[in-house]
Amino acid sequence: MATNAAATTHASNDILVVDDIVKSFNTADGSLTAVDHVSLSVKQGEFMAVIGPSGCGKSTLFNVIGGLVDGYEGNVTVGGERVNGPHPSIGMVFQEESTFPWRTVTDNVAFPLEIAGMDKAQRYERARHFIALVGLDGFENRYPAELSGGMRQRVAIARTLASEPKILLMDEPFGALDEQTRLLLGDKVLQIQHQLKQTCLLITHNITEAVQLADRVLVMTYRPGKVKRIVDINLPRPRSSEIVSSEAFGRYVAQIWSDLREEASRGMRDEEQQRAGAHS
Amino acid sequence: MNAAATTRKFSEQRFLPFTLGFGALVAFFVAVEVLIRIGVISRYIVPLPTQIFAAFERVIVEEEILSRFRVTFVEAAIAGGMISVVGISLGILLYRFDLLRRATETWVAAMASAPTVLMYPLFLVIFGRSMWTIIMMGFVAGLPAVILKTLEGLSGTRRVLINVGRSFNLTPSQQFTKILLPAALPTIFVGLRLGLIFMLINIVGVEFLINFGGLGQLINDLAERYDLPGTYATIFFVVLVSVCFFIFTEKVERWLRPGT
Repeated sequence: MATNAAATTHASNDILVVDDIVKSFNTADGSLTAVDHVSLSVKQGEFMAVIGPSGCGKSTLFNVIGGLVDGYEGNVTVGGERVNGPHPSIGMVFQEESTFPWRTVTDNVAFPLEIAGMDKAQRYERARHFIALVGLDGFENRYPAELSGGMRQRVAIARTLASEPKILLMDEPFGALDEQTRLLLGDKVLQIQHQLKQTCLLITHNITEAVQLADRVLVMTYRPGKVKRIVDINLPRPRSSEIVSSEAFGRYVAQIWSDLREEASRGMRDEEQQRAGAHS
Repeated sequence: MNAAATTRKFSEQRFLPFTLGFGALVAFFVAVEVLIRIGVISRYIVPLPTQIFAAFERVIVEEEILSRFRVTFVEAAIAGGMISVVGISLGILLYRFDLLRRATETWVAAMASAPTVLMYPLFLVIFGRSMWTIIMMGFVAGLPAVILKTLEGLSGTRRVLINVGRSFNLTPSQQFTKILLPAALPTIFVGLRLGLIFMLINIVGVEFLINFGGLGQLINDLAERYDLPGTYATIFFVVLVSVCFFIFTEKVERWLRPGT
């Protein structure tokens, strides 16, 4: 069920390969290693989740894979091509609300097509397809201010999907939403992934979300972020949120939590010490 | 809720604030009228509101207020256009070049609080007793607010929106026109409105001081004749210029950035 990931090997059908990434930042207290020799690979059509406690470098890893930061050691390749900066094959969905408030739902979703130079009628037609895919038909002419948080995040997902990326890279996309909305949006993501055979890499701190959605879950250690374990999730597909009540689901959650508990406790102790140091 | 009820609610939402605001204004004038008539406020300092309303016909017919309104409006429009173009451009320049920003931001902020109207003798020497002295005084007074707010709006663009642009491989000019500028527009328009307020105060003030041009000159004439109702009636037209510019900027903002 679980594999130690230090010895990650790359198969020929791996579409995304992250190879021995090390990323450090200069801070007032010296150099801080956020990601330490992290390697992973994602197969075509696979859904992988990366989970870890706060401060384990998940978001740094997201930015490295998405090409938003440089100055790191190691390689990221997509379909064998090295990533140097944002890559057209990687579509990113961010944790924070990222829709453009001055554009309607249709104009938001059509944004990457507009940048690509597609004519208006064609891009609106494509946008309508992706709006329907995320279940927002009827809201095409609304502005983000008129939508709920969950709907806005679906607009952001549809906008990323409209660019037809080979890999959908998501950084805690439902982090700001309540648990029920999160489960239901998880269903929507599963549906889309099944329909499009979309390769997905999800960064999250939510164990339920990771097990509900992923084929494999990579557990990271607390700072510096290393790969602790990769857990294969052998739950049947297609899945829905109903799976959270199954016994097997509970076992996976328990297993990941036992790995994560130690790291989260370490993170909490570290934070307490830092706060105590700051006040002394 | 049925259609009639929805329509009624919409009408209430639309007209209630206007009715309330207008009603409060009428109540204020009635209160002032009463306070003057019973002697609480001296009628030698504040004229009766009824006298002010009666003075409207006189200032329109005898004082050619419409042509004076046009003069002040044109001066304000030219200065406003210059403030918009130069202020927004300089704000973008300061955003783009950090060294320039760090070198000049404090000076621009200091200029915003300086009583530039006192510089009118210098402008009289440079531009003469002409419309351009008035326009340039308005321009100088309104410029800092637009520069600072443009800079604030661009700097305050949410990081995630910039990252969305980067993730879609936008060129620097696309990043600017498609993300930075629309995101900064509400703050830029706050700067434009502030700039227009400072500009109009200075324009009317300089017209008053150099006794030249539109409404400010008329206020000067009427005040020297001690025609207080006429003076207050003319001030109403100054407010009207301001209202015109506010409505215009609001319409342009809604057109440029819908959905807010």
